[in-house]
Amino acid sequence: MSEPIAFDMTTAVAAPPVPPGAWRRLFKRPLAVIGLTIIVVAVLGAALAPWIAPFDPNEQFFDGLSLEGAPLPPNATYWLGTDLLGRDLLSRILYGARTSLVIGIVANGAALLIGTLVGVTAGYFKGFIGGVLMRFTDLMMAFPALLLAICLAAILSPSLWIVALVIALVNWVQVARVIYTETSALSEREFIAAERTLGASGPRILFRHILPHLLSTVIVWGTLGISTTVLLEATLSYLGVGVQPPMASWGNIIFENQTYFQAAPWLVFFPGIAILLLALAFNLVGDALRDVLDPTERGRD
Amino acid sequence: MPGPDGAGTAPVLSVSNLTVTVGGTAHPRAVVSGLSFDLRRGETLCLAGESGSGKSITSLAIMGLLPKPATRLASGTIRLGDTELTALPERALRKIRGDRIAMIFQEPMTSLNPVLSVGRQLTETILNHRDVSAREAERMAVEALDAVRIPRAGERMKSFPHEMSGGQRQRVMIAMALALRPDVLIADEPTTALDVTVQAQVLDLLRDLQKDFGTAVLLITHDMGVVAEMGNRVVVMRHGRKVEEGETKAFFQAQQTPYAHELLAAVPRIGSGPGRQAVRAFEKPLALEVNGLEVRYPGKGGVLWGKGMPVHAVKGVSFNIASGETLSLVGESGCGKSTTARALVGLAPYSGDVVLGGRNLGGRDAAGTKQAKRDLAMVFQDPYASLDPRMTAGDLVREPLDIHGIGTKSERRERVVELFERVGLSPDAPGRYPHEFSGGQRQRLAIARALALRPKVIVADESVSALDVSVQARVLDLLRTLQSEFGIAYLFISHDMAVVENISDRVAVMFDGRILETASRDQLFSNPRHPYTQRLIEAVPVPDPTRQRERRTLVPVLAAQGAAPLVEVEPGHWVATVH
Repeated sequence: MSEPIAFDMTTAVAAPPVPPGAWRRLFKRPLAVIGLTIIVVAVLGAALAPWIAPFDPNEQFFDGLSLEGAPLPPNATYWLGTDLLGRDLLSRILYGARTSLVIGIVANGAALLIGTLVGVTAGYFKGFIGGVLMRFTDLMMAFPALLLAICLAAILSPSLWIVALVIALVNWVQVARVIYTETSALSEREFIAAERTLGASGPRILFRHILPHLLSTVIVWGTLGISTTVLLEATLSYLGVGVQPPMASWGNIIFENQTYFQAAPWLVFFPGIAILLLALAFNLVGDALRDVLDPTERGRD
Repeated sequence: MPGPDGAGTAPVLSVSNLTVTVGGTAHPRAVVSGLSFDLRRGETLCLAGESGSGKSITSLAIMGLLPKPATRLASGTIRLGDTELTALPERALRKIRGDRIAMIFQEPMTSLNPVLSVGRQLTETILNHRDVSAREAERMAVEALDAVRIPRAGERMKSFPHEMSGGQRQRVMIAMALALRPDVLIADEPTTALDVTVQAQVLDLLRDLQKDFGTAVLLITHDMGVVAEMGNRVVVMRHGRKVEEGETKAFFQAQQTPYAHELLAAVPRIGSGPGRQAVRAFEKPLALEVNGLEVRYPGKGGVLWGKGMPVHAVKGVSFNIASGETLSLVGESGCGKSTTARALVGLAPYSGDVVLGGRNLGGRDAAGTKQAKRDLAMVFQDPYASLDPRMTAGDLVREPLDIHGIGTKSERRERVVELFERVGLSPDAPGRYPHEFSGGQRQRLAIARALALRPKVIVADESVSALDVSVQARVLDLLRTLQSEFGIAYLFISHDMAVVENISDRVAVMFDGRILETASRDQLFSNPRHPYTQRLIEAVPVPDPTRQRERRTLVPVLAAQGAAPLVEVEPGHWVATVH
């Protein structure tokens, strides 16, 4: 099940046509550079976790707990403190980044892809196909997302990729709705009519003339989706249908420890900061990308 | 009685040395600079100029409605009677707006609130400014609607804007503006969005009301015909500056500045114009033959209410165009001329026969359709809307070649360069995006795109209507040159009788989905037979104050009539029989 999703993701990233110089213009924006840096750091941290993590993330250290059995706050040995079982929090966050990045990028990207495809198809073709697709979307929307996710996760045996798939299957609905509305408005525009009079084919109009206009919406939904999907994964893990313990993810670190928030705030604070920074970074990059890729902004201040 | 001869009295509105800038305080750029004029009681002053001349910004500045923070009133005074408007706080300005200065806009549908009845909107305006009872306000509202000659005003109070025609909506706007008897009425292109016959009625109405109320009118327009008809005085603006000011009669006789002279010379007139040419006679071969074309739009309807009545937009239209000939289709909005164009280029399903270069397009297969699209191109009214804003000019012009797989890559590139040169765009144009061109250049771009496939017929749907007259003249010139060079047939669709008179070989007049009269240009304009055609030609404002159209000789609104056979009254001149 893992390959198709990974494949979809690459096409989604490769789709927007990048005019020459777009990267250079992107690097000229300080906020975008900050965002990119955070993303690179997160990806490196996740990829190099086995080498840079100070401890084994799942080992429960005897000296990781106080004499009363309470977790330790940040100190010289355990930089970010330890959790309730005496495991090193920094190591868990580094390893957890792997899970959370997969969920945030792959699951979210797949949701975006499904939603965009459904929305564009329904919005452009309207009629019977559009009706069926949108009624199905409405049905999915009316269904409680969490219940659906629990059912799906219970049917398929839990693993990281299954969780990603489940999240994608739940989260595409809003994207489809928004994209549908935009596409149907776009396809009424006169330049689309002008393309038709030239004899342009349906796919040509869809991919060359409608999709580029949807780019900004897709980017906004993509960046917004990262934090919600990371947290949805945490919810699923908490309910026992997500990533299985002891495997770490940012979401489940928060959920495991949330009841001890007052006694050991660092346990919630650090993974929370990590999610926040990642979402913020994607937001910054997404915003900058949207402006850089929009030729109608060229020559305007 | 107050009249236009109010010279000598103190001005109602006095603008002096007005400068409006955009771009903040750091890099200010003046869009209106050093503008001064006076407006006296009972007088109509026309502010004329092409787009970008700053005339609308001036009106907004007077109203205190300059868009903030983009524009800034940098200097100057605006005096209304004894009140200095520029110094007033927003609260005090609100009291003056609508009460002492009222404004009507170009598009009445967007300036009326669609979810409130017109009666409610009228009474609300009155109640906002006058301390009267609701009953009294309603009485005043009915009176105002009566004054703008809306029949059965009392009943129409309950109507909503969408239930009225464009002309009626503009009357409601005028009623709303004049209900409180303002000192000054600012009319910003009040009739530009209206059909000529309706325009004539609204202009008559404005003039009568002005006579009755003694209101000073500041009329903003690009149309020299309207200036000639309405203005006592005229101020010509260009690039935010006043170029010329004078009495209308004197102005039309002799212009002081070369710009004003050029501006007037570029205005197309019936019977004369910068690019008018003699009617040419055409024999075969026919480029396009249309027989009994009908278009029906399915009625709107949902699951619960079933299908509505289909709208029968085009009810059997037949015409033909020879290669190299220009046929114009004229008529007012809703007559089906644009629908005819859309059907021809395949944007609306139709029944009937369309024969293009000897091939019937009806029941065409996919390949036939594609071929048809090579031979028949369309140039839309608004090039900004009809060109994909995310594509470069070069890609846009190359696209038809890509779609039809013509030539190799380098051949296509050469063709694009050649096309750009042909329509008079600079060699660096292909790399630019549509928003980086001016309106006229964009329309040239659209023409280059239409030409890319070397079509036999080009359908031009109001293609020059949105352009300034000087630009319009040049684009029409280009179209004519291209026609003589490539032998393209034009189906030219327009509401502008003067442009049509200039460019056409033959003209067909449409009303209610049918052709009422078709003849050569000279026959139609010198000897219009159908009352509707006569009315259309009479209603056109003439840019000459000494040659005013006869007012109120207009025949009453033509009722939609059934199918009437066309009868040939002289060679090549066909007229529908009048009931």
